[in-house]
Amino acid sequence: MSAEPISIYREHYLNVSYGVRSWLFTKDHKRIALLFLASITLFFFLGGAFAVLIRLELLTPQGDLVQAETYNKLFTMHGIIMVFFFLIPSIPAVLGNFLVPMMIGARDLAFPRLNLLSWYIYTIGGLFTLGAIVSGGVDTGWTFYTPYSSVYSNTHVIATAVGIFITGFSSILTGLNFIVTIHKMRAPGLTWFRLPLFIWSNYATALIMVLGTPVIAITLLLVGIERAFGIGIFDPRLGGDPLLFQHLFWFYSHPAVYIMILPGMGVVSELVTCFSRKRIFGYHFVAFASLAIAVLGFLVWGHHMFVSGQSPYAGMIFSLLSFMVAIPSAVKVFNWTATLYKGSISYDAPMLYALGFIGLFTMGGLTGLFLATLAVDVHVTDTYFVVAHFHYIMVGGMVMAYLGGIHFWWPKISGRLYPEGWARFAALVVFVGFNLTFFPQFVLGYLGMPRRYHAYPPEFQVLNVMSTAGASILAVGYVLPMAYLIWSIRYGKRASDNPWDATGLEWQTPSPPPTENFEETPVVTWEAYDYGSKEKVKEPQVA
Amino acid sequence: MPEHIVEKKTYYAVFTGLILLLAATVALAYIHLGKLNIVAALTIAFIKATLIILYFMHVRYSSRLLWIFVGAGFFWLGILFALSFSDFFTRGWLPLPTGWE
Amino acid sequence: MPDHSIALAHQFDDIEQQHESAALGMWIFLATEVMFFGGMFLGYAVYRGVYHAAYAQASRHLDVLLGGINTAVLLCSSLTMALAVHAAQLGGRRTVVLFLLATMLLGSVFLGIKGLEYYHKYEERLIPGSHFEFSGPNTNHAQIFFSFYFVMTGMHALHMIVGIGIMLVMTMLTWRGNFSAEYYFPIEMSGLYWHFVDIVWVFLFPLLYLVDRS
Repeated sequence: MSAEPISIYREHYLNVSYGVRSWLFTKDHKRIALLFLASITLFFFLGGAFAVLIRLELLTPQGDLVQAETYNKLFTMHGIIMVFFFLIPSIPAVLGNFLVPMMIGARDLAFPRLNLLSWYIYTIGGLFTLGAIVSGGVDTGWTFYTPYSSVYSNTHVIATAVGIFITGFSSILTGLNFIVTIHKMRAPGLTWFRLPLFIWSNYATALIMVLGTPVIAITLLLVGIERAFGIGIFDPRLGGDPLLFQHLFWFYSHPAVYIMILPGMGVVSELVTCFSRKRIFGYHFVAFASLAIAVLGFLVWGHHMFVSGQSPYAGMIFSLLSFMVAIPSAVKVFNWTATLYKGSISYDAPMLYALGFIGLFTMGGLTGLFLATLAVDVHVTDTYFVVAHFHYIMVGGMVMAYLGGIHFWWPKISGRLYPEGWARFAALVVFVGFNLTFFPQFVLGYLGMPRRYHAYPPEFQVLNVMSTAGASILAVGYVLPMAYLIWSIRYGKRASDNPWDATGLEWQTPSPPPTENFEETPVVTWEAYDYGSKEKVKEPQVA
Repeated sequence: MPEHIVEKKTYYAVFTGLILLLAATVALAYIHLGKLNIVAALTIAFIKATLIILYFMHVRYSSRLLWIFVGAGFFWLGILFALSFSDFFTRGWLPLPTGWE
Repeated sequence: MPDHSIALAHQFDDIEQQHESAALGMWIFLATEVMFFGGMFLGYAVYRGVYHAAYAQASRHLDVLLGGINTAVLLCSSLTMALAVHAAQLGGRRTVVLFLLATMLLGSVFLGIKGLEYYHKYEERLIPGSHFEFSGPNTNHAQIFFSFYFVMTGMHALHMIVGIGIMLVMTMLTWRGNFSAEYYFPIEMSGLYWHFVDIVWVFLFPLLYLVDRS
């Protein structure tokens, strides 16, 4: 497809109206996606700032940068912001909001006003939490374990809990919108098994958002009530059971980690197919694996509680189920690999992120099996082994998929091409920085360094210094895309409808698309990822 | 597609059933059935809920897709209960102090 | 053929798609409510298992007559709600308004009785917190029971208040003639919410009031 000269006077969703009111009162899913993009980017860098402080403290074995209580606040705020205000919304609220209607040939989501409300709720919850941070923060860990959080902590637990409570509804509304949209608004001919796998992943994510989030809402509410009124739901002095809190908390928070990876997997399916010029291997397996992860993910939460005092019999059940939940993830990794095999691979920046995802997610996932093994977990729980495990998945996996998706769909979103050279460089910087940051943490954990401590035995210093050095490189890798993506909005080469020559309905619209997405509702008669039937070679469009 | 309109007499019948079941719940509570008291109470409550869902909420006349989502909510609650109970109910199986009274 | 009725939202192709989407959306929301209340039910159940004696003793302090009347009141309100939707499906206006008013009235009666019960508990010093007094061997465990009593019925009452607010809006919209036999979905969806809140009470009543009355 050759690039047609784009008239700069063509109307699209960005220039159809101007002014703050047209953005704050928009019902257009694409504009709402950008509102979310702005908000979560702010929170990402705030959460990153806390990470910088953590890594600076850990340069030396002594607790010399901050006091212990302050350090507790640092890792708590880092966790809360990154989990609730960055990762959980990230791909669904930005890429999902933008792409789900377009990928299914619809004009908008099922409930556009609920979509806007979702952003407002997110913002209000975010403001509450920012207020709590500014007032002195919280030091309970993002896990809010009782009775410390509900009785003994002297920090702003209730304000933070209220912030998260409110933001949870943002998640619920997004999930609700996606489920109804995908069920009811697919274009004629677009059967379930012709859908892009990005849709399947976001659908599965939406199921988790809708079924899990309410439980953490009530849990935080109960913690707040106990704290405010001095009653004993979770307080052992008054007959309460701290493990009841943990069961309720992890019932959501474990599936939440699948919220924080499934959309990334959906992005990777899109990237791997486009940049291998091949159909996905085993479409049905990948689609059902997404659902399996969502369902099985609800059955494993007790693996966070192996050493908590939970019954060992329950521990065994949860351990077995945790092994099972690894299977659909592995299925996906095998299928992506088989898709790459004998594909015509090109190493554009999105593909670099996708390849990085596959490797790093696999490492994170395999170490999860270590943790699911009761006998091993007894030794590595609450050490840096766990920290490394989940960062490999959430940062090495999800964040890289997020960046890959942002790059891949950037021409569609902004109408501009980003500078490919800088993007590839940034992707490599991220990869190197990430591994240098987090691989030493596996070793540290295995050697016994506990997590959430601001001081450590001197023999761990070398590995900690490596980790901090890696973090500084990683930070550069994250700042670079910020810089050149913003640059490209003004100075980037204008993009054609389909600069990657990718399949998918979103690529059949102009870049950027008009508000209504499609002039005529498309009628779909082809299978997903029919790259093999494309006869033309992709014309590279490098800025 | 014409919406199935439930006849008023169906509503009245369901309502009568619900009130009778309410009376049964209260009456049974005053009879000593030991462990069966809670079973009876919950069974009746489930029957009442089912009647309300099927008729007042029109689920009896709705699509299978809707049935799945109605069921999913309660099924997921079941998961929360079942696996949590797998901890709470098996703690006493160990010859270790559990810390309860 | 595109439906030109004013009620059709632009993202939908026809009114039927809009109706089905609204129903699916509302049921998904109700599923979230099941999980929300469900967390409280789990907590209640866990402590009932281990503190059964205290639960039974504490439960006897609740007024079965008032609770039973309240249950009947709510069941009546579900009936009037169902009849309101029925009338709306037939295109009625005055009938719908009358049934909605009846529903709101019954809901308010429920809240009034609930308030009376709360006041009684306040007088008996059974509100959890620093002023809690319970004559029995396990004050702490009884306090746990009453904590769940107040949180669960309080959360339920909050949902009732929201429900009455929604009914108020529906009443006004119906009176102004916004609905017809072809487009009455907001009333139907509000009805689903109302019935759900009723179902929660159907479970709360026996579990809180009838622990061991024999």
